[in-house]
Amino acid sequence: MSLTFTLDGKTIPFEDGQTIIQAAGKAGVFIPHLCYHPEFKPHGSCKLCTVKVNGRHTASCTMRAMPGMVVESDTEEINAERRALTQMLFVEGNHFCPSCEKSGNCQLQATAYHLGMMSPHYDHFFPNRPVDASHPEVLLDFNRCILCSLCVRASRDVDGKNVFALSGRGIKTHLIVNARSGQLGDTDFTLADKAAQVCPVGVILRKRQGFAVPIGERKYDKAPIAETVTEGK
Amino acid sequence: MSNKKKLKVATTSLAGCFGCHMSFLDIDERLFTLLDHIEFDRSPLTDIKTCSPDCDIGIIEGGLCNAENVHVLREFRQNCKILIAMGACAINGGLPAQRNHLPLTTILEEVYHTSPGLANGMIPNDPELPLPLNQVHPIHEVVQVDYFIPGCPPSGDAIWKVLTDLLAGREPALGHGLMHYD
Repeated sequence: MSLTFTLDGKTIPFEDGQTIIQAAGKAGVFIPHLCYHPEFKPHGSCKLCTVKVNGRHTASCTMRAMPGMVVESDTEEINAERRALTQMLFVEGNHFCPSCEKSGNCQLQATAYHLGMMSPHYDHFFPNRPVDASHPEVLLDFNRCILCSLCVRASRDVDGKNVFALSGRGIKTHLIVNARSGQLGDTDFTLADKAAQVCPVGVILRKRQGFAVPIGERKYDKAPIAETVTEGK
Repeated sequence: MSNKKKLKVATTSLAGCFGCHMSFLDIDERLFTLLDHIEFDRSPLTDIKTCSPDCDIGIIEGGLCNAENVHVLREFRQNCKILIAMGACAINGGLPAQRNHLPLTTILEEVYHTSPGLANGMIPNDPELPLPLNQVHPIHEVVQVDYFIPGCPPSGDAIWKVLTDLLAGREPALGHGLMHYD
């Protein structure tokens, strides 16, 4: 007998060892997420993928699917919580979409659209986060970092370079570059690195590419994120 | 034209660039349809300087960069039943808020005093000039805001959608394509 659980009333098949978000993705059901990436070990930190399993909150990127689980995801209650988390991410950093090269290709922005985030709701922190333009090919704009750690995982687990790390605790957690100077230009980071491809927001940006694809013709301009992000797509 | 009483709509641009108002005019000939249902009160379009006390809808472009902005915003909140934040600057501070990580004194010194070519430049201090705030703030940090139309600027279609939803008594909703932060 094949293994299944139910997600918002829909029967989802899964293989032993799969997490809820993996099985949902395979079945074509979108669960909002930011720090989860199908190619990497889950980090479980952004909490956007939180679902209710048998009535209890849990991150669907770390929770293994089990037979007979009753999972709720696309409910008003959970989406309101996801929206609040997204709003907190927006006010914690400096997310000014009109001046961001990633606008239209940004997973944070597209997720906020998906969740119907009409305003940041909370008071803005307006932190001071200088950019790092030291690398000849890549700009680092820390203003937009959401601490998903995808670049950390990609650089460590795929590139074997350990270029990035998260440092500090709590609200002081921030992305750092592993070089004595702290500058990306003083590392062996290159555009060919996996870490150069995985940033879901506009932190790691290829220089001289900014508006090669005009605003309005970008990934999430064409289709909302729920239709573009599922496993294997 | 219906005999229903027209809704009074007031608009203003605080720390904004008037781009959102230009976008508002981009609803083009639908303005005539709109004028069957609304009349403009205080607005750059009418040049009326203060809100009537019975405005139905207030539309705010721009964030708060000086004391006058705060004063005008409070006047709108006091006189409008529904307050709408229109555009990125009203919603998150937008471009003017890019100065927020710099001390105000540093900015004024550089703009008026120390930049090359400013011979004995002085920082303006005429009592008529509103005092700048230390940081630029979005309007929801000061007053209760009922609805938001994101975008830089929001498209004419997005503005039209929100206004027609409100006129029809519906909860405004922007779907994919109309919802934009950029």
